Amino acid sequence: MCLAIPSKVIEIKGDSTVVVDTMGSKRLISTMLLEERANVGEYLLIHVGYAMQKIDEKEAIESLGLFKEIENKMNMG
Amino acid sequence: MSIYSSFKQKNDIERLVFLINSEAKETINIMEICGGHTHSIMKYGLNALIKDKINFLHGPGCPVCVMPIKRIDAAICIAGLPDVILVAYGDIMRVPGTNSSLIKERAKGKDIRMIYSPLDIIKIVGDKSNKNKKIVFFAIGFETTTPMTAALLEEVIIKKIENVFFYINHVLVPPPINAILDSNDSLIDGFICPGHVSVITGSGIYSDIVQKYKKSAVISGFEPYDILSGTLLIVRQINDNNPSVEIAYKRAVKEEGNKKAQDLVNKYFRVRDEFEWRGFGNIAKSGLRLRDEFKYFDAEYVFADELKALELNEDFKENTGCKCGEILRGKLKPVDCPLFGKVCIPENPVGACMVSSEGACSAYYKYRNF
Repeated sequence: MCLAIPSKVIEIKGDSTVVVDTMGSKRLISTMLLEERANVGEYLLIHVGYAMQKIDEKEAIESLGLFKEIENKMNMG
Repeated sequence: MSIYSSFKQKNDIERLVFLINSEAKETINIMEICGGHTHSIMKYGLNALIKDKINFLHGPGCPVCVMPIKRIDAAICIAGLPDVILVAYGDIMRVPGTNSSLIKERAKGKDIRMIYSPLDIIKIVGDKSNKNKKIVFFAIGFETTTPMTAALLEEVIIKKIENVFFYINHVLVPPPINAILDSNDSLIDGFICPGHVSVITGSGIYSDIVQKYKKSAVISGFEPYDILSGTLLIVRQINDNNPSVEIAYKRAVKEEGNKKAQDLVNKYFRVRDEFEWRGFGNIAKSGLRLRDEFKYFDAEYVFADELKALELNEDFKENTGCKCGEILRGKLKPVDCPLFGKVCIPENPVGACMVSSEGACSAYYKYRNF
């Protein structure tokens, strides 16, 4: 029920409507709950037809860099 | 690398599994609150990868599963009133009430429509043939979904639409968690907290878990990497004896949450004194209702007489063999239920945990890696 899918903004339609691409399928969604303007190329988290947040790509990359301290130890093991 | 696939890479998963298995000193009981997490854990077999160190207990975070029979019966009752179109999310359609379900009632001819989004209701209103109908939204969901119901109400008010009503069943995550922790036999050491609830609320709602109950609370996303990194943070908190609220899903969750969505919810909703949960009974301050100034949109006010009559006449009952209640409190696992996989299967579900695509029983049945 709380499923929310990252979707890429491909077109700005109006005040609070954008077209997003969700894993290849395009749909209109509302951005009225977003605190900032959505821009083409950004990823939004979509839940029941509304964008609930932007995905912070910098944070995404940073989080993937965590817990790497063990890499060498594992390779040796 | 797409944003979808980068959080399930094999080498990252292996590293996290190695760290969890080597750092956890003894078996840790972790409750993942959200049904979405339960499904990811079972789908990717994460439980099996760390089974010697982590025992996942499945929590009450499936709004369909926790909806009591009474509320399903009430929705069926409303759907049967003259000129009503009942609209509901697909997840709730097959949940059995005392004698029927919404999908069965639809098959019998009641006007019950499945929607993907509250925005679909605006389209139903726009259809001229529905001009004299009462369109009732059976609104369910946790903090994640409530803002979208509020957004619909706002649009209804702005557009001066007079024939949309709301049967509100929105519930809150913290009260059942506190209820679980208040029970003396709780085994839980830490929680994987729901990612998308937290996108809206921020991390503040879990402060009781940490301050009052001294348990770990880590907010996680839904990819394998997210769940395992959240699990590792819990292991480390336990090793350091430092229960705290951490966010392991920073690409989506801000500490303060989505203020705009919170404000919209506060504008239209108030907390009920109590709300009944399947498996828990009544929990104080655990559900929402429209504020009094919006009562003309509230189906519980508009159809009060009909709902009262239902309450008096119907003997609400669940199948006594069903263990959904214990499963939702983390007391039992689906395999501990005598009906699981025998009488209760997805094609013929007895309990809500098998009906809902996010229920723990449905996850166990679908992935079968227990």
